[in-house]
Amino acid sequence: MSQVIVVTSGKGGVGKTTTTANLGVGLSKLGKKVVLIDTDIGLRNLDVVLGLENRIVYDLVDVVTGVCTPKQAAIKDKRFDGLFLIPAAQTKDKDSVTIEQMQDLCEKLKEDYDFIIIDCPAGIEQGFKNAIAGADKALIVTTPEVSAVRDADRIIGLLEANEIEEHYLIINRIRPDMVRRGDMMNVDDIIDILNIDLIGIVPDDQDIIISTNKGEPAVVNPKSLAGQGYRNITERLNGNNVPLMDLEGNTFLGKLKKLFTKKQ
Amino acid sequence: MLDLSRIFGRKNNSKDAAKDRLKLVLVHDRANVSPEFLQKIKDEIMQVLAKYMDVSDGGLDINLTTATGEDGKSRVPAITANIPIKSIKQK
Repeated sequence: MSQVIVVTSGKGGVGKTTTTANLGVGLSKLGKKVVLIDTDIGLRNLDVVLGLENRIVYDLVDVVTGVCTPKQAAIKDKRFDGLFLIPAAQTKDKDSVTIEQMQDLCEKLKEDYDFIIIDCPAGIEQGFKNAIAGADKALIVTTPEVSAVRDADRIIGLLEANEIEEHYLIINRIRPDMVRRGDMMNVDDIIDILNIDLIGIVPDDQDIIISTNKGEPAVVNPKSLAGQGYRNITERLNGNNVPLMDLEGNTFLGKLKKLFTKKQ
Repeated sequence: MLDLSRIFGRKNNSKDAAKDRLKLVLVHDRANVSPEFLQKIKDEIMQVLAKYMDVSDGGLDINLTTATGEDGKSRVPAITANIPIKSIKQK
């Protein structure tokens, strides 16, 4: 069964595009056929994060307006077998795509792909409505900051209003050192506030910037902590129950604390 | 049971401030209550109270907060009112 997944957040800059790219690459490495759709029309970015910016011929607006077929627009990633990208249009505006067009496109793509992952623009306007229109489930990306968590809460409300009941949280850019000091909300704090199922955590990691510089998603770097976080999420999307990453376990104090704190 | 996290972790750290502020702001976001709407409620409460007692407008404090729900776990929106009374009108 194909899955149409929208990656959304409300707030900008929390890692939607990075998450989309990493999950796409990760799922293709698991042998799945994946197409990523950048719906951020006018602010195209998924192409550069994936390192496919020089290979764009057609874009999302060309597909939905019938200028080309979905197959023609989907750029095949030569490094990762089974990974494709439909890039956003850069020179048009967000109203160039309608909700019905997105629903039709997602239905069509289900015939050819195991996973259709939609990178949603920031905000809650037309671009957001288009991005969620054809989705069966949603991944909400947030960071441990008040502004990002607040926007995530708003997005969860809007997803429920649009009958996307299956939605999961990704907490991105966790800094274990700050969590330990009590200067950053931890996973439990955020889950408690948002009251939503967690699908994964991604620690803050310099490798993300380095890998984005190169256009090679961190999920393929076995040494990257963020890459490990993304690999775990791809496994869970694929139906495998893998344990949550242990951020405390790497330190002496963390180990000590774990020995003494009882599980509630 | 000895809780080492309490000994090692300092109280009043900034994440508690973040949590408390978020909880409050989300009550307002979720309830979708505008300041105008809250003002209308305030005005009408004052009208009712004025029939029975002399209350001061200035000391009035009506806010949306959270309370523990009936299941004893979940947080639900609540209205709290703090209204100083100058004198009670005797019939």
